[in-house]
Amino acid sequence: MSAITTPVAQRPVNWRLPYKGNVGMACLIIAESAIFTIFVVAYLFYLGKSLTGPTPREVLEAPLFYTICLLSSSLTIHLASRFLERGKPGAFLALWFLTIVLGGLFLFGTGQEWHRLIYERGLTISTNLFGTTYYSLVGLHATHVTVGLLMLGIVLLLGLAGRVGQEHSARVDVLSLYWHFVDAVWVVVFTVVYVLGR
Amino acid sequence: MSSDAIAVQTAGVSADRTWLQTLHEWVTTVDHKRLGVLYVFYALIFLVIGGIEATIIRIQLMRAHNDFVSPQVFNRMFTLHGTTMIFFVIMPFMFGFANYLVPLMIGARDMAFPRLNAFSFWLTALGGTLLYFSIVGGSGLYGAGSAPDVGWWAYAPLTSRAFSPGHSADYWTIAVLVSGFGSIGTAVNLVATVLSMRCPGMKLSRMPLFAWLTLVMSGLVLISISPLSAAQIMLLVDRYLGGHFFDTQAGGSATLWMHFFWIFGHPEVYILVIPAFAFASEIIPVFSRKPIFGYPVMVGATVSIGFVSISVWAHHMFTIGMTSYSNSFFVLTTMIIAVPTGIKIFNWLGTMWGGKLQFKTPMLFCIGFLFQFLIAGLTGIMLGAAPFNWQLSGSYFVVAHFHYMIVGAILFCIFGAIYYWYPKITGRMLNESLGKLHFWLFVIGFHLTFDVMHVPGILGMPRRIYTYEPGRGWDTLNMIITIGAFIQGIAILLFLANLVFSYFGGSKAGNDPWDGWTLEWSVSSPPPVYNFASIPAVASRRPLWDLKHPEDPDTHYD
Repeated sequence: MSAITTPVAQRPVNWRLPYKGNVGMACLIIAESAIFTIFVVAYLFYLGKSLTGPTPREVLEAPLFYTICLLSSSLTIHLASRFLERGKPGAFLALWFLTIVLGGLFLFGTGQEWHRLIYERGLTISTNLFGTTYYSLVGLHATHVTVGLLMLGIVLLLGLAGRVGQEHSARVDVLSLYWHFVDAVWVVVFTVVYVLGR
Repeated sequence: MSSDAIAVQTAGVSADRTWLQTLHEWVTTVDHKRLGVLYVFYALIFLVIGGIEATIIRIQLMRAHNDFVSPQVFNRMFTLHGTTMIFFVIMPFMFGFANYLVPLMIGARDMAFPRLNAFSFWLTALGGTLLYFSIVGGSGLYGAGSAPDVGWWAYAPLTSRAFSPGHSADYWTIAVLVSGFGSIGTAVNLVATVLSMRCPGMKLSRMPLFAWLTLVMSGLVLISISPLSAAQIMLLVDRYLGGHFFDTQAGGSATLWMHFFWIFGHPEVYILVIPAFAFASEIIPVFSRKPIFGYPVMVGATVSIGFVSISVWAHHMFTIGMTSYSNSFFVLTTMIIAVPTGIKIFNWLGTMWGGKLQFKTPMLFCIGFLFQFLIAGLTGIMLGAAPFNWQLSGSYFVVAHFHYMIVGAILFCIFGAIYYWYPKITGRMLNESLGKLHFWLFVIGFHLTFDVMHVPGILGMPRRIYTYEPGRGWDTLNMIITIGAFIQGIAILLFLANLVFSYFGGSKAGNDPWDGWTLEWSVSSPPPVYNFASIPAVASRRPLWDLKHPEDPDTHYD
């Protein structure tokens, strides 16, 4: 039995498998989607069940400008990674930086909205069910934006140091996949909180 | 020959290492085999801890009005026992074996993301440590904590600040949350490994069933552990930030927690049992000397179990008073699961049918699994019928049912897997006579405990009570159950002794002690760090059969 060696059959030509980075990120996105689904379900389930005010209709205003910022950052990151793929690091870095600025603007918008809600409208996470579900859902999304911005920032620093080249475009694509997911989640959160929820 | 030279060289080096260097190597390792061993070792430690807790529960219930432990301690014991056995015994066992075996079986040198792999293991390890740290640190660092006592499903509003003061419930929440993140990391890793790291020729339709079932299990982890993490985050928001998710006084809903918990909780059962199926699907063919019967159907049945299992959760909640439509829906989906599982049992029997059966210890455990899994499924169908469930929900009948599944099916398969792959992992055979003794003692203890346990359930004995009145007809039954538990404990001690003594004194295993067919048996035991000196290429489902029988390879029939 010990004479057995590793079998080497006829090697098939064209043996190609999906890139592990993309598969891994797709799996993470599936898991994250499940987490967000639960928070969205809780938000919808508790709509109108708060025993005290304020209600969403009274205090929420749709953050249209910041939503446009976040959604357009999907476009800029896509273009950035295409430029990297074609070997144009300058254009890549510029668009990558623009993506970070747009994402940062969005976070600033969320902060401003929360500040207004807390100090002018008196809505905190413990005020009522609406406060609990609203801050949890929007906060979970903002956390994901923050994590995304940190990772984008690391790539930016490496890029400024000249360490990001054409050969890294597959890896950068994995990160942009995550960013697209964060944007797509915002579409859902926006619809649920600011359109259906009011 | 060159690989032998390398092996000798590394052996020579490792002999010079101090124990501190060896420890450093194990702690910093990113090798999938070492992490697999760490997972299994960790699970064995917690198996002993969880087993001691089970013994304490059984001693307390041995006779009526027993006062071996206080009611408070009893509550902590069943909470710790449940949480430990599910999250820190069975899941690490399954992830450990998947880690160790999947790269070897698909002809890869490591997992897709080795560092993520190490990170996930240490998260799981941290989770288990946190759970038990509650005993000393539950009220801050005064050594005056208490273990969580909210039950392993931690229903609201028992977990709210008012009813669970102190930090013991928080330790439970964070322990489960952290180990959940570890599980998600490992699942991401396993899916990426199976999809992206297969050796040339290893098409999906040629993968060992073990790899297929691991893929389905990992997919289930991704979509069902995450809801639990979400619910734990909500619970933390409630407890620390004054949120109202499960606060009924502010309009919150305790039922929502039940839904969220069981959306995780039922697929979790399949996360645990699908790897057990995977072990059986590798072991039964080898000891029947026949290829697996109905490979494509086995894959299809597993995938459909995965899908159906995410739509059955509320059969844990028939007694909360759902609408008749919801009840009917969840009864039907629960019944549907019996179809693919029935197909699987049929196919394992079909594999054994007409084979040259070899009753080695791994095979014995798998045959025990087949029998007990069938009975656990039957009581599952009984409990899946809503009217029957209304009678027996929350009774010892339920406890008997799910222990039949978790011990009788899953733990039996885990023992089978350890006897089967121990030679590959350590290079030594486990002692066969001790193994058979372990099997028979465990079978006797298991049936004494869990067959009998159905009866007090039918007689009305509720679960989670710390004692009971004499003269209800439960006394003798409970005594028999406890005696069975002790026999199981002795069997497990024998097994642990076997693990230790065979490691030092067992007979040498060689590469391929069972005359197996999958790629892990082609490398030395234990395998070299790099697994394969040259990446193999395969042309059928049983590459080693092709190699050993060039006159009649599987490729003719593929």
